[in-house]
Amino acid sequence: MTITSPPGQVPSPLAAPKPAKQKGGGFLRYVITRFLLIIPTVFILITVVFFLMRVTGDPITAALGGRLTPDQLAARIHEAGYDRPLFIQYFEYLGQIFTGNLGRTLTDNTAVTDILTTYGAATLELAINAVLVALIVGIPLGLVAAKFRDRYPDAILRVLAILAYATPVFFAGLLLKLIFGVWLHWLPIAGRAGWQTELQLTTLQAPTGIYWLDALRSGNMEAFVNVTQHAILPAIALGLLTGGVFLRLVRTNAIGTLGREYVEAGRSRGVSEFRLTTKHAYRPALIPIITVMGMQIALLLGGAVLTETTFEWKGLGFKLAEYLTARDFVAVQGIVVLLAIIVAFTNFIVDVLAALIDPRVRY
Amino acid sequence: MSTATLPASNKSWVQKLPIISHLKMSSGLQRGMLVSGLILTSLFLSTAIFAPLIAPFGFAQSGDANGDFPRQAAPGGEFIWGTTSGGYDVFSRTVFGAQTAIFVIIAAVVMSLFLGVLLGLVSGYLGGWFDRIMVVLADAIYAFPSLLLAIVMSIVISQGQSTVFGGVMAAAISITVVFIPQYFRVVRAEVMRLKAEPFVESAQVIGASPWRVMITHLLRNATRTLPLIFTLNATEALLTLAGLGFLGFGIEPTSASEWGYDLNRAMSDATSGIWWTGLFPGLAIVITVLGMTLVGESMNDLNDPRLRRFSRKKAKRITQAGAGA
Repeated sequence: MTITSPPGQVPSPLAAPKPAKQKGGGFLRYVITRFLLIIPTVFILITVVFFLMRVTGDPITAALGGRLTPDQLAARIHEAGYDRPLFIQYFEYLGQIFTGNLGRTLTDNTAVTDILTTYGAATLELAINAVLVALIVGIPLGLVAAKFRDRYPDAILRVLAILAYATPVFFAGLLLKLIFGVWLHWLPIAGRAGWQTELQLTTLQAPTGIYWLDALRSGNMEAFVNVTQHAILPAIALGLLTGGVFLRLVRTNAIGTLGREYVEAGRSRGVSEFRLTTKHAYRPALIPIITVMGMQIALLLGGAVLTETTFEWKGLGFKLAEYLTARDFVAVQGIVVLLAIIVAFTNFIVDVLAALIDPRVRY
Repeated sequence: MSTATLPASNKSWVQKLPIISHLKMSSGLQRGMLVSGLILTSLFLSTAIFAPLIAPFGFAQSGDANGDFPRQAAPGGEFIWGTTSGGYDVFSRTVFGAQTAIFVIIAAVVMSLFLGVLLGLVSGYLGGWFDRIMVVLADAIYAFPSLLLAIVMSIVISQGQSTVFGGVMAAAISITVVFIPQYFRVVRAEVMRLKAEPFVESAQVIGASPWRVMITHLLRNATRTLPLIFTLNATEALLTLAGLGFLGFGIEPTSASEWGYDLNRAMSDATSGIWWTGLFPGLAIVITVLGMTLVGESMNDLNDPRLRRFSRKKAKRITQAGAGA
């Protein structure tokens, strides 16, 4: 693309250090450019969110409007500095974020970064569980759909995938709660663990905050079972949403790879149909999943907010909904900015992974 | 590059309409999906249109001449789908919810379509610094969880408090902002491609103004894929609306009926085994989204020649069978 051989010089495939060099340098350059691209993305989002939130009024009036006298209100606003020009506030806010300070919540006066350390692990755990469910459900079923393309299994699976997309996570959660929690009494319907287990896990030394990991590390099998029971329903509710997307992706891509010559060649060598589908066609079909994973993270986080609220899963999304109800817009703004940064960084990691696996992504 | 924009002539305009032409193109399974999608969607549409005739009670009606309605009454009798903890009739609220849904979907999609197409057209055609800023901005917004953005927007628009019109519009505008980047990207990419085509160049050469080139030459060619995005975004609009409502940012129960909000209320009912307050609004969302997605998906498949293969494959199978016999 950028390297052109000088005129008269015939490039020989043997003496070809250039492509190799371009490969290494190209990748590093890609990683660096991609990393630098995070900055404008995060910056734009912070700016947009800041101005949008402030255009309509200050957070103190929104939170405490009815409860204080106008004088008290004005005093509080002045104290917090919300009566200064917007641009001064904006630059101060940018400076704060740069030093890792996302502000303090109005209702319970906690630093937003503390909310991340306290509740972030719960959201991470939910996301990991959901992705696991999505992969377990999506990939095999996608292969089945591709194998039986345009026949009944495919039709049924495709409709199921659309159904998974069409069902809001909170409705899926409601049904799961009703069926497995209230009627069958198989699984708990809310929270991350029983209170006794939760107590045991929080007294651990250096907890990761990911409960099943903590339970495994402490060797407390009872706690592990309890935590797993609590994790199943939320993971299914959120995982099915992403699983439907995976199913469709795997299906489309496996249809593409199943039609390739090398699969036909394998078939003529007597490779079994099962092996052809699960090995030959499957691997290349996975690449697009990783590239699309970046888009899924935004979907997953949005879904996590709803799932956490549904199952009272005390993570970032649950807190966000709580602060929304309390009209604590400083906290909301902080958490939204925090999530924006998380999304930007995960997208970066996913893109780098995609570039590692598929060289065509690098430019 | 093929232009691939010449429509088959001597067909009446009716047959060239998106859905009708797709229906003719389809066969077998794909036709089944398209038709069932159309049936579900028209069910939704007719429910929305005839809501006042279908619903026995008002959406905010918790009593009549005989006194208050029973609270959390099980389905059956006068209240075929039961009543909520507030004494509202679940059936009536679900039926009226279709009205709210369709209003928000139309408002959101029309606004984002208009703004997104306009911005994409101008940005793609003019290029330069405006284009660069718009692309970075659109990418930043596009990569962000749409629900969070919608939350921010609804805080901005209504400070979380909603009136009759304000609540619906807040939801619609919130969703609009989320969708503008999608239309923007599609239209801009198409315009970038078309800009190099000879017919644009010839228009420029004979002195057509940028606006004329954009409106008469680019717009019609760049908007071919939009019906598809339209259906897919309509479903996302509905899901975002329901998500907002579920988080308590929807529309007050007295000002309009909204399925997401009803599901929010139903969560606490579910723990005591009351299933009817949540099941029906939830099913309404699923059926509506399912219907529109089936239509959109089928259109997508039929637009993509690689996926539109059922009839040909069937034909091949028949010929192979014939050859083998």
